[in-house]
Amino acid sequence: MSTPLTLFDKLWSSHEIVQRDGESLLWVDRHYVHEGSFHAFSRLAERGAAVAEPALTFGVADHYVPTRGRGKPIPNPEIARMVSQLDKNAADQKITLFGLKDRRQGIVHVVGPELGLTLPGLLIVCGDSHTSTHGAFGAYAFGIGASEVAHVLMTQTLWQKKPKRMRITVDGKLSEGLGAKDIALAIIANIGADGASGHAIEFSGSAIRALSMEGRMTLCNMAIEAGGRCGIVAPDATTLDYLKGREFALTGAALDQAMQGWIELKSDAGAKFDREVSIDATAVAPFVTWGTSPEDALPIDASVPDPTRESNPERANYIRGAIDYMGLAPGKKLTDIAIDRVFIGSCTNARIEDLRAAAAILANRVSKVPGLVSPGSSSVKRQAEAEGLDRLFREAGLEWADSGCSMCVGINGDLVASGERCASTTNRNFRGRQGVGARTHIMSPAMVAAAAVSGHLADMRPLMARRN
Amino acid sequence: MEKFTRITATACPLPAENIDTDQILPARYLKLPRKGEHGKVLFQDLRFDAEGRERPDFPLNRAPWRDAKIIVGGRNFGGGSSREAAVYALFDYGIRCVIAPSFGDIFSQNAAKNGLLTAVVSEAESGALIAAVTHEPALLVSADLEAKTITCGELRYRFSIDPARQTRLLNGWDDIDVTESFRDQVSAFKAANLKRRPWTIPSRG
Repeated sequence: MSTPLTLFDKLWSSHEIVQRDGESLLWVDRHYVHEGSFHAFSRLAERGAAVAEPALTFGVADHYVPTRGRGKPIPNPEIARMVSQLDKNAADQKITLFGLKDRRQGIVHVVGPELGLTLPGLLIVCGDSHTSTHGAFGAYAFGIGASEVAHVLMTQTLWQKKPKRMRITVDGKLSEGLGAKDIALAIIANIGADGASGHAIEFSGSAIRALSMEGRMTLCNMAIEAGGRCGIVAPDATTLDYLKGREFALTGAALDQAMQGWIELKSDAGAKFDREVSIDATAVAPFVTWGTSPEDALPIDASVPDPTRESNPERANYIRGAIDYMGLAPGKKLTDIAIDRVFIGSCTNARIEDLRAAAAILANRVSKVPGLVSPGSSSVKRQAEAEGLDRLFREAGLEWADSGCSMCVGINGDLVASGERCASTTNRNFRGRQGVGARTHIMSPAMVAAAAVSGHLADMRPLMARRN
Repeated sequence: MEKFTRITATACPLPAENIDTDQILPARYLKLPRKGEHGKVLFQDLRFDAEGRERPDFPLNRAPWRDAKIIVGGRNFGGGSSREAAVYALFDYGIRCVIAPSFGDIFSQNAAKNGLLTAVVSEAESGALIAAVTHEPALLVSADLEAKTITCGELRYRFSIDPARQTRLLNGWDDIDVTESFRDQVSAFKAANLKRRPWTIPSRG
């Protein structure tokens, strides 16, 4: 009998062209580009080269697009130039573009899956670290830098060193109202922001199988925040159900043939992983971050850590710096942290299920702080409006906007002011991430909604209970 | 790409953990075209206050570290965003080598494509290097990529780096030229893949 293989081993070997000097040249099935890919297009122009496989390359306008005032010209000329540059590059290179005016526009990691472009078994890259999201379908998907984007544009291939394999098993049933974001933060708090460095993560276990595709995407999205090269979930009936009827969905003989391959996309019994981590889902609480790295996450009933109780001096220094930047005090209860605004959006948590979870808490309540809701895609926006969710957000006092990366990275102008504290459904609480001096606490959509109606970080469970 | 073989230079200590790429190059500078001027905004919000004045307590603002070509950092240096401009900023400033206990994977990959060495040492070793150069700022640090060694006064460590990244840096290769030499293999793979996995080619359903 042959050696049992991990899901990742199978994905890797089906894309390997040649080996050299400890690296392999891999074939790329899908390449997503966005406004930020301009460095790579410039490199192409310098070489006088053309995109090797335009049919496998798709453009999405997301990083710089305005979320307000769509249909009018973009007022900031530099931002307008970033968006129009992508239009031109896509047109010149005959790449299909879901641009600002396209009804399919949205965040690339929401749009790829919802159009059925992201499929199990594919190797998917994009010049964005959160490309790990697409691993939710059993694809090998990872973020790359501009030099690698240029290389893929010119050759449809990429040199990679094979990562080690790590399995994170999450068994048991999550408490009601908790979701993939809580699992992700629990994992990162456990293993650290570099805990999966050099590893491809496979998520498995009953709690993962129970997640919807939206939840799996949230989890794989955050794999990069644990330092992982990618996050993968083996495809199953949930995956196949999601793919049905999508614009680029496979049908007929093509689907039958694909399915034969997809059935094999799981780790064999006895497959060896370089590292195994287990998480008990029943013990996962609603998590929030207090500091400036996603690893600074704690259950909502905890308190801000005290650096004097930290034995590692470098860690103690880090905690001091993070507390200072965040304007907190050691020992302060997390539920006593007052917030100035909320943001519901991003490739992490702005899919329909996320908006439903937030709206369920906000319904017939009023937010004590201002806030912005930016759906993950224009399609998610239309669906939310059809379900009346936009009305619930507006009646709670939040602004209902168009889709883009928005306040997760702030480069379209949606910023958190210096010194302001934002409860956010995004992926990074880095210093200055949402704006110079901005203080970000990341958490699930339901927890952001709970913070909004409370005016401070809060456990959403009592707010759910009062509804029952 | 500029080759890297060895360097002996002043080394600036940045002991903080989790210096992510948002701190190395804030997102508002991602629009900058590549003109060799990214160094001006390296660590912008750590180096300068809101009025653009230097923060005197930031090590890179102090002599002799201002002219450092090496940074000794903490755990998870360059984690986060895939922005290659973070590497451009370090390189354009004059930094050629970062030594740390761990790096963001994408950051290290980007570094190796732009002539910047990311040398992995243990936490104890980076701690000792930080202590040494903090105590005696003029102390020079050497990094030798062929021997994979770091030396600083009495300290002598071996660092680790992926063999392919080492080769790429030593030769200053552009990957595209290397890949071109495998053109036949790529064409053969493409043809076989089309037969084996035709469903991977997107078409509207």
